[in-house]
Amino acid sequence: MSQAFKFKDEQDLASFVQERVDPVFITGGQTRGVDLKHDRVDMTGLSGVVDYEPGALTMVAKTGTTLHQIEEVLKAEGQQLAFEPTILNTALGTSGASTIGGVFATNASGPRRIQAGAARDFLLGVRYVDGHGNVIRNGGRVMKNVTGYDIVKLMAGSWGTLGLLSEVSFKVLPMPAAQATLVISGINADVAVDVMTASLNTAFDVNSVAYDIAAKCAYVRFEGFEQSVKYRTKSLMDTLAVDREIAVLENDDSAAAWSNIRMLSAISNQGGDLWKISVRPTDGPQIVQKLGLASGIMDWSGGLIWAKLDAGKTVRDILGDIPGHAINLSAKTGLKFSNTNPALTHLQSAIREKFDPKGIFNPGLMG
Amino acid sequence: MEMPAPDQFTLSRKAEIVARLRAALPADVVIDDPAETRAYECDALSAYRCPPLAVVLPYSTEEVATALKICNEMNVPVVPRGAGTSLAGGALPTADSVIIGVARMNEVLECDYKNRVIRVQTGRTNLSVTGAVEEDDFFYAPDPSSQLACAIAGNIAMNSGGAHCLKYGVTSNNLMGVKLVTMQGDILDIGGSHLDADGLDLLGVICGSEGQLGIVTEATLRILHKPEGALPVLMGFESNEVAGACVSDIIRAGVLPVAIEFMDRPCIRATEAFAGAGYPDCEALLIVEVEGSDLEIEEQLDKILDIAKTHNPVELRRASDAAEAGRIWLGRKSAFGAMGQINDYMCLDGTIPVSQLPYVLRRISELSAEFGLDVGNVFHAGDGNMHPLILYNANKEGDLEKCEAFGAEILKLCVEVGGCLTGEHGVGIEKRDLMSVQFSALDLEAQMQIKDVFDPKWLLNAAKVFPLDATQSRRDGCPK
Ligand SMILES: Cc1cc2nc3c(=O)[nH]c(=O)nc-3n(C[C@H](O)[C@H](O)[C@@H](O)COP(=O)(O)OP(=O)(O)OC[C@H]3O[C@@H](n4cnc5c(N)ncnc54)[C@H](O)[C@@H]3O)c2cc1C
Ligand SMILES: Cc1cc2nc3c(=O)[nH]c(=O)nc-3n(C[C@H](O)[C@H](O)[C@H](O)COP(=O)(O)OP(=O)(O)OC[C@H]3O[C@@H](n4cnc5c(N)ncnc54)[C@H](O)[C@@H]3O)c2cc1C
Repeated sequence: MSQAFKFKDEQDLASFVQERVDPVFITGGQTRGVDLKHDRVDMTGLSGVVDYEPGALTMVAKTGTTLHQIEEVLKAEGQQLAFEPTILNTALGTSGASTIGGVFATNASGPRRIQAGAARDFLLGVRYVDGHGNVIRNGGRVMKNVTGYDIVKLMAGSWGTLGLLSEVSFKVLPMPAAQATLVISGINADVAVDVMTASLNTAFDVNSVAYDIAAKCAYVRFEGFEQSVKYRTKSLMDTLAVDREIAVLENDDSAAAWSNIRMLSAISNQGGDLWKISVRPTDGPQIVQKLGLASGIMDWSGGLIWAKLDAGKTVRDILGDIPGHAINLSAKTGLKFSNTNPALTHLQSAIREKFDPKGIFNPGLMG
Repeated sequence: MEMPAPDQFTLSRKAEIVARLRAALPADVVIDDPAETRAYECDALSAYRCPPLAVVLPYSTEEVATALKICNEMNVPVVPRGAGTSLAGGALPTADSVIIGVARMNEVLECDYKNRVIRVQTGRTNLSVTGAVEEDDFFYAPDPSSQLACAIAGNIAMNSGGAHCLKYGVTSNNLMGVKLVTMQGDILDIGGSHLDADGLDLLGVICGSEGQLGIVTEATLRILHKPEGALPVLMGFESNEVAGACVSDIIRAGVLPVAIEFMDRPCIRATEAFAGAGYPDCEALLIVEVEGSDLEIEEQLDKILDIAKTHNPVELRRASDAAEAGRIWLGRKSAFGAMGQINDYMCLDGTIPVSQLPYVLRRISELSAEFGLDVGNVFHAGDGNMHPLILYNANKEGDLEKCEAFGAEILKLCVEVGGCLTGEHGVGIEKRDLMSVQFSALDLEAQMQIKDVFDPKWLLNAAKVFPLDATQSRRDGCPK
């Protein structure tokens, strides 16, 4: 019988790890649908906002706090998580509510990442329980900090393979007063990347660019103060000069369009495995073509492709020499990164062994 | 600040070490003449000096790898060096070490506007990265004040910041890939022009590792299109508390300036005497800069000035063109020079939560009275990164020690209020022994374990970052 262990207190969690000899899987909101036949540590017992200083743009929270709860607290002060974590419940067919720990453990970053940075760029400090059962601190709660090695970045996107994150502190940003989106329709992936590139390479502070493969639409978003958004929207339309229909979505309509992109609505009802492919933005169209994708989302100006592929199919061979990597998010265990350089894999395994010498955290994950 | 005693056996093998390096590398790459190695005896923390055993200045990554391999085999300590502008003693050699400097490697390798990245050799100076893309209206965002001189190599090692980091982030947020040569001489490509790392974020931990994990020879950096324009406002206040409250209100109002700079009265007076920028004689002064088109700048400055007016400013000066902007920035940009005119100074770099600003400034002035040393404050207020400049006289017996003790008190204060020892300059030797104020022994052990993986013999810049007693067994463990 598998068991789920849940703790309200960091110290109890540490004692548990000190005693533990068998592997455990770490779960936050379980939006990833962990294989329930294994023993699990459920992190949702550690919950709550510990400190929030709107005037300093920083928040500290226990990792089991739900993303929803964090976003509500921020909203009350007119602030937000600028990296806009993706919500993949529907796309992965899971229930559960994402936790802030899970968001940082997966470095889950949405459309605004191309301009504002990824989750890892906003993470300022961590507390975690390592494989010895020691509570370790790194970073802090201030925005600028170069004191010692940046283990904070290492923990972001480590999928719980280096330790149990118990507390995170992160930078937040003001919610924009207004937003608008240009929708350029009837274009293929290669034209779309040209348009998205041209949009980013202007002075108009475009903050997200994505392309819906099936709908053949590119979306270009502006955020900020109202006058400024109006000015930039118009200026970019004048500059782009594509001979296609361009529509403008304002405020709520714009927000709705990006919420769909953030949840991958375009492909969430399709069967198959959900793949995330990260490449150089200009290589995006080549991937779409090689995979023969009829649907999917190309975010980050082409640098991130979300697609559903038949179970069992792999992207590894198709990537070939194209620099980047791909992961199958539907894989319940044995999540692996493709295209990884063996010399780097060696360093990564050595670090993992130092942090988790008993090899008990999320075995099989990350190769 | 102490450095470990040089290893006598290594010193005794100098001729052999130099001969092996010479045999493997072009003739002008290896320097061992004491008259020439003296130029590498210190960085910008010039109170501490020690000429190295030899200096290697390679032309290529392969030559860096060759040199490292030899040093690793012969168990010779290595100190990586960029332009030597570290304020923390990060590039300070020991007598038994070989400096490997990347100054000759300063080419632009690739300029890729479509993916908004530039790939450079790391000996290139920070400002000349922007120089390479400026004509096409692009720029590289991190802007340390030393940008004319400092190299990307040192920027990556220290995770350097600058005045405009409030909006654009520090080096780590703008670094996408590196070519790293390990102590064993392996050449690794980490990251690149794609956005997400595969596997663990090694790039994240290499950035800011102060030359202890490997030598970085190439970097892929994010470049951005320039904004249409930028203009600052200058505001004077009667107290530090009020200026601090104003900063917090601006941030809460949803305006995100590119820079918020702060100067206190001693610093304002010194810069006025030095540069005559026409600053008001008040307790605290803020310079806030915003970017965008004329219309956007106006919209943001209006908001900022409305907020400032609720704090009874003694002066509000809004720049309307580049010349006026230049005058507003003149004093801030000459602040370090101005303080240097008065006396020798030590520049600290702790960060604090913005809300603690008034308290920390008050405590610093109390400490200043206790220690009998003057201090001026000029810093990046938006992100709480302080730069107290402590004035002392290097020629006066005991003054440096007194200044260091004062500095240590200020840094402890920063940690006490929830901040950290260093926001952008790095630990080096300067803050090494204060690390245990901020971190527990276990926290430090976790960091040192990463070095164990990259450099098991602890040969790379080993006497830095961590307290000497904490690293002693590891450093001594290295077979000689
Ligand atoms: C394999 C996978 C990859 C994903 N990649 C992305 C992505 O690249 N971009 C994106 O936007 N979204 C991504 N997601 C979506 C991501 O699951 C959710 O966005 C995120 O919110 C997960 O939160 P959760 O609380 O549901 O975590 P869970 O689904 O419960 O866990 C997700 C992962 O994080 C680990 N984890 C959770 N909590 C902790 C903790 N406190 N300490 C240590 N480890 C912890 C788990 O072990 C697991 O490996 C991915 C999801 C999965 C399953
Ligand atoms: C007047 C003045 C103003 C300054 N202003 C700022 C500022 O605003 N913001 C800021 O952040 N800093 C500032 N600094 C500090 C300094 O300029 C930065 O730390 C800078 O990044 C150092 O770069 P460098 O090339 O001179 O490095 P060096 O001084 O040569 O070395 C710094 C560190 O990097 C390591 N290193 C060098 N090259 C490599 C390499 N190739 N691979 C691995 N490690 C390497 C060294 O071992 C050392 O630990 C200032 C300094 C001065 C003198």
